[in-house]
Amino acid sequence: MAKELTKSKAYWFATLKLLGAILVVWITVSFGASIIFVEFLNKFSLGGYPLGFWFAQQGSIYVYVILILVYLFFMGKIDKKYDVHENIDGGYEK
Amino acid sequence: MSLQTTIYLVVGITFALYIGIAIWSRAKSTSDFYVAGGNVHPITNGMATAAGWMSAASFISMAGMISFMGYGGSVFLMGWTGGFVLLAMFLAPYLRKFGKFTVPQFIRDRFYSKSASAVAVICLLVASLTYIVGQMTGVGVAFSRFLGVSSSNGIFIGMAVVFAYAVFGGMKGITYAQVAQYVVLIMAYTIPAIFISLQLTGNPIPQLGLGSKMVGSSTELLARLNQIVTDLGFNEYTTTGTGSKLNMVLFTLSLMIGTAGLPHVIMRFFTVSTVSAARKSALWALVFIALLYTTAPAVAAMARYNLHTTVNSGIEQSADIFAEESSLKGDERPDWMKRWENTGLLAWEDKNNDGRIQYYNDETEDASVLASASEAGWEGNELTVNNDIIVLANPEIAMLPNWIIALVAAGGLAAALSTAGGLLMAISSAISHDLVKNIFAPKITDKQELLVGKIAMALSVVFAGWLGLNPPGFAAGTVALAFGIAASTLFPALMLGIFSIKMNKYGAISGMLTGLFITLFYVFAHKGIFFIQGTQYTDAFGGPNFFFGISPEAFGAVGAFVNFIVAIVVSKFTKDPPLEVQELVQAVRIPRTAKAKGTE
Repeated sequence: MAKELTKSKAYWFATLKLLGAILVVWITVSFGASIIFVEFLNKFSLGGYPLGFWFAQQGSIYVYVILILVYLFFMGKIDKKYDVHENIDGGYEK
Repeated sequence: MSLQTTIYLVVGITFALYIGIAIWSRAKSTSDFYVAGGNVHPITNGMATAAGWMSAASFISMAGMISFMGYGGSVFLMGWTGGFVLLAMFLAPYLRKFGKFTVPQFIRDRFYSKSASAVAVICLLVASLTYIVGQMTGVGVAFSRFLGVSSSNGIFIGMAVVFAYAVFGGMKGITYAQVAQYVVLIMAYTIPAIFISLQLTGNPIPQLGLGSKMVGSSTELLARLNQIVTDLGFNEYTTTGTGSKLNMVLFTLSLMIGTAGLPHVIMRFFTVSTVSAARKSALWALVFIALLYTTAPAVAAMARYNLHTTVNSGIEQSADIFAEESSLKGDERPDWMKRWENTGLLAWEDKNNDGRIQYYNDETEDASVLASASEAGWEGNELTVNNDIIVLANPEIAMLPNWIIALVAAGGLAAALSTAGGLLMAISSAISHDLVKNIFAPKITDKQELLVGKIAMALSVVFAGWLGLNPPGFAAGTVALAFGIAASTLFPALMLGIFSIKMNKYGAISGMLTGLFITLFYVFAHKGIFFIQGTQYTDAFGGPNFFFGISPEAFGAVGAFVNFIVAIVVSKFTKDPPLEVQELVQAVRIPRTAKAKGTE
């Protein structure tokens, strides 16, 4: 029982670490690059886009998609490592 | 075939398609509504979530807002996509593991309290009703154009259609109908954008076109647009924000956490088959949403460019924009302007009686613009354009073929209907199941419960339609308020319910109530008590945006912060939740089911 408890604690800790890391990127891109440091980034350009403007209207959205992908990948790894992944494989119609 | 006939035809075909699919998938599925999503592939579920999520505000209103706000409109783009990261990581997998079907059910079991559930129902109702008001504004715009009636009549017709649709679609799995709606909606959005991007920049991908040079010129589209709008006295397109930086951060954050707290979105993740399917569904939903959201900035900027070049021919010929012959002659104005004038959403008033249309910012602080304007005999801006018409009028402004204009009308209606339908479902299940059946009258039969749900839907539609006639703002602006309310009430309760084992019912209830109260207090101060015009009370506190210059749309993040603090402090001083609830939270955190499924 005690062993089970430490295992689930370690699993939860690993999960929180992953969520925290993703959250940092999320905040940096959304509020840092797109809002707070936008004037600075606008000095550079990406094609015809001022860079800060690009982050606010394009880049941030691409980053969000990538962040969820990263989350899926590493969360799957953590689940397997601590042996808490689901036994059923999907269960939806193929 | 005339434009009007084409519109009837395309809208008619798409409606027949949704109804046909709804009937077909209902006949095939024997399980009831709640598990209808249970065996759906994450891609399908993601598409349906995207359709339910992208409302009239996203489709009709957002690009129009960005068009006139420029860079400031980014708050909508980031706010309504960034929230999915929170949803995918913090809520969806855990709520799925919890295994309940509605948000108030989760709150009731996690906080072992019927009062907590009742408070959640109230928060849910306030957020969803505000959201529907925004939808009705958008529906009114779409129907007024589509049927050529005034926008108030558009709202009346929209009320009837939305109600019929929700009652019909609400019975059984509407998932596949929403998939069809997504396809119509995304085609309607991207096809005109591709054409317009080709026309202006020669690049068929709007996301790249927006960052390209103009056809036959060495100037970049965005640089050219900045030039045009500042010449006419408007704010520069790529740099003008929405209020202070603090306001922009909080506005974006409110929309983000509101996204993760809105019941009709969360509901979709309760019903997927597994925890990993819940995570994947969130990914696919965001991918499908991103397709529209990354196109929107291109639609916005290009529509703005086309609007200015239509009204002022001096722009394209690089001639003097203040010269007499540059301004468009009123008699020669294109048909789309006349059609939108009928709806009352576009108006031309010939202030200087020269028979020409002058469109500029007559309140600009740029003295040279005002000087040139008065020298040219301009006596004020003569054209008013409602933000909400930009997307629908966009293909007409760019002179695209009729079938595309018709497709856009169909897309706007699909967006409004799929979301309004989902919201009405959330409202009716909250009232009939979570409130009436679970709290007030546990003995009512299923049939009576269904009837209560339908009455709740009807009342919501009437209420929303009535407010839609006197909207507190543009569709997207009103919807933003709904997000603020969801952000300040439900999101913190859900987060604390999962991430804090010691969070108890006293903390959750006091947090939700404080969040709701201060957010509504701030919103009503600006928009009127229950959005009734004339009851604003900002003057009592020193004028609009009295709290650190924060606009009411951005206040949800502040409300959420207060909610978290109150909940945590109160729970520290009150009794811990019972052991079985603490164990429940432990179990929710782990994907694998310990006991056999369906033990509840």
